[in-house]
Amino acid sequence: MHDMTACQRGHTLNRQELAADERREKRQILGLSLPAAAIILILLVIPVGWLFALSFVSNGEIGLANYARMVEYSAYLSIFSTTILVSLFVTLLCIVLGYPVAYLLGQLPPRLATIGLAFVIVPFWTSILVRTYAWLVILQRQGIVNDALIGIGLIDEPLRLAHNLTGTIIGMTHVMLPFLVLPLYATVRNIDGDLMRAANNMGASPARAFRDVFLPLSMPGLIAGSLLVFILCLGFYVTPQILGGGRVIMVSMKIQQNVQTYFDWGAGSALGVVLLLIVFAIFYLVHRLAGLDRIFAR
Amino acid sequence: MACSITIRDVRKTYGQFVALDSVSLDIAPGEFLTLLGPSGSGKTTLLMILAGLIRPEAGSITVDGDEILRKPPHLRNIGMVFQNYALFPHMSVGENVGYPLKLRKVGAAERYERAREALKLVQLDHLMDRRINQLSGGQRQRVALARAIVFEPQILLMDEPLSALDKKLREQMQIELKHLHDRLGMTTVYVTHDQREALTMSDRVAVMNHGHILQVAPPRQIYERPSDRFVADFVGESNFLPVEMRDGAAIFGGTALQLAEGQAAGSGNKALLVRPEKLDILSAAPAPEHNPIDGTVEELVYQGETMLIYVTLPGGETIALRRGTRQQALSEMPQVGEPIRLGLHRDDTVLIDEAAHA
Repeated sequence: MHDMTACQRGHTLNRQELAADERREKRQILGLSLPAAAIILILLVIPVGWLFALSFVSNGEIGLANYARMVEYSAYLSIFSTTILVSLFVTLLCIVLGYPVAYLLGQLPPRLATIGLAFVIVPFWTSILVRTYAWLVILQRQGIVNDALIGIGLIDEPLRLAHNLTGTIIGMTHVMLPFLVLPLYATVRNIDGDLMRAANNMGASPARAFRDVFLPLSMPGLIAGSLLVFILCLGFYVTPQILGGGRVIMVSMKIQQNVQTYFDWGAGSALGVVLLLIVFAIFYLVHRLAGLDRIFAR
Repeated sequence: MACSITIRDVRKTYGQFVALDSVSLDIAPGEFLTLLGPSGSGKTTLLMILAGLIRPEAGSITVDGDEILRKPPHLRNIGMVFQNYALFPHMSVGENVGYPLKLRKVGAAERYERAREALKLVQLDHLMDRRINQLSGGQRQRVALARAIVFEPQILLMDEPLSALDKKLREQMQIELKHLHDRLGMTTVYVTHDQREALTMSDRVAVMNHGHILQVAPPRQIYERPSDRFVADFVGESNFLPVEMRDGAAIFGGTALQLAEGQAAGSGNKALLVRPEKLDILSAAPAPEHNPIDGTVEELVYQGETMLIYVTLPGGETIALRRGTRQQALSEMPQVGEPIRLGLHRDDTVLIDEAAHA
C-alpha cells in the first residue's frame, strides 16, 4: 500500500532516506545484543575488576605483598607447575582418547553418529560431583577395579588408583573428554570425504592421506578443543579435590583455602589474577602459532 | 603410453538395489569413452570401481591384461577428476597440483616445474600461489584437471566434472577437454548425464540405465541409430509413433514406410522414431524421398533460436518439430489450426523395438 502511493506520487527514494533506513536497522540489531552486553558487564567485567583490585590489598594495605609472596615461597611455584603439568597431561590424554572417537563419529552415517554423540553428551549432562564420586567408588582400595583385578588373580595388593595423581588424572580426563570431542567432531564432520578419496586416488596410502589431508583439516577443531580442555583444567576444583586426596594441590584449591580457611581475599584474588594471565598468555601463544581467528571463525 | 581397459561381468548391489548388473565393456587405448545415463544408472559406480574407491561383488577389470580389482586405489596410478573437484583447501594451487608428485617422491624443484607445466596446459600457471578458496568454479575445475594429469597417468577418469559450471563455460570446457585429450592421448572414461556433452566430446558413448549398458557406439550412431527405446528417448528429443507390421513392411498412416539403410521392418512391436529437427514441412511438390506425415498444427512455441511446432496426427498423437527462426522460415511458418504435411527423409526413418526395456 505504502509503496503504491509512493509510486503514484512519482517519488523516488533518495540516498538520505535509504541511509536512514539502514541506520535504523543497525540500531535495532545493536539493541538486541544490549541485554547480553549488560550481563557480561555486570557478571564478568565488574567482578573480575573487583578481584583484580582486591589482589593488591594485603592486611589492609595496598601493595604487591600478595604477589611478592608467590615469588618468595617455592610452594606456590610447585602448585602452579602441578596445575600446568596436570592440565597438559589431561589435555594430551583427551586428544589421544578423543580423536579416534571424533574420527569414528565423523565417518558414521548421520543417524548412527547422532546415537554415538549421545553417548558422549549424556555423561556431560550429569553432575561433575556425581561422576567424581562414582570414580571414587570405582577406583578406591576396595573398589570395582581393584576387586576385579584381585579376583582374577592379576594382583595381590590393591592398586593405589584414587586419592592421588592417578585418580585425579583419570577423573579429570573423563570430565574433560566431551569438551575435546564436540568441537573436534564438528570440524571433522565437515571434512569432505572426497578429499581423502582424492588423495588415495593420487597415490596416498590411507595413513599418508590421513597425515597429509585429514589431520591438517581437523586441526582447527583439535586446537579449539584442546584449548578448551586445557583452560578448564587450569581452574578445575571439584575432581582434583575429591580424587586427589590432598596429594594433588592445584591453584584452584589454594584459592579456596585462602578464601575459606584464612579469609584472605587478597591472596586468593592474586592467585586468580595470575591464573587469568596464564590463560591470556596461552591464548596469545596459540594465536601467534595457529591464528585464533581461523580456529574460532569456522 | 595409453592402455586398454577390459571390464567383464562387474556387479555391484546395495541391499536390494542393483547398481551394476554384470556390466562388460572394452575400452581401446587412448579412447575417450563417455558413460551416459540418468542418476542411479550405475555410471558413477562403475567409475568408482575403476578408481578402486568402490569394491564390486564380482567381475574382472584388466588394464593392458593386468587385473586391477585387487589393487588398492593408491597403487592403481589412475588420474581422476571428482565432481566437486576435491581440491585440498589447506594447500595452494601449486601444492595441490604437486601433491601426486610429492607422493611419488619427486624433488621439490622438479615438482614445481612439472606442476607449472600441468597448470600451463589449463592456462592457470599464473595462479600457482593462490589459495583454493580464491578461485572461481571454472578455475577450480582446471586445477582439478591439472592435478589429475600431472603424474601422467595412463588412465584418466572424470565424474561429471563440468556439472557445476554455467552453460557457456561448460561448453567452452568441453572443447578444451577434448583438445587436451587429443594432445595427451590418455585413455579417458568420462561420466555425465548431459547427452550433449557426451555427444560433443566422446569417441564412443556407452548409454547406461538401471545398471545395464544399453548401447556402446560413436556419438553419431547413438543419436541417429539408437538400438533401444531408452537410448532414443534419453539422447535428444524424440517422438515415438506406433507402426503396424504387415507382410514384412512397416505401415504408418496407411502407407508402407521407406526405411533407412540397414533398417528392417521385421516383426514384433516397433515404433517410428521421429526427431523434431529431422522433420521437413512438405510443399505441394512431390517428395519421393520423404515419408509423409499428415496432421494439424496445434501450437507454436517460440524458443529463441528455434520455433517448436506441435502437430496433432489423425491417430491422436502429438509430435513436435523444430524450425529455425530465420526471417524466411518465420514468414513460411504455419498457423495454428492449419492442416500440415510433414516429411521424414528416408535415411532418417528409424524403427525402435518397443519391447525392450519398455
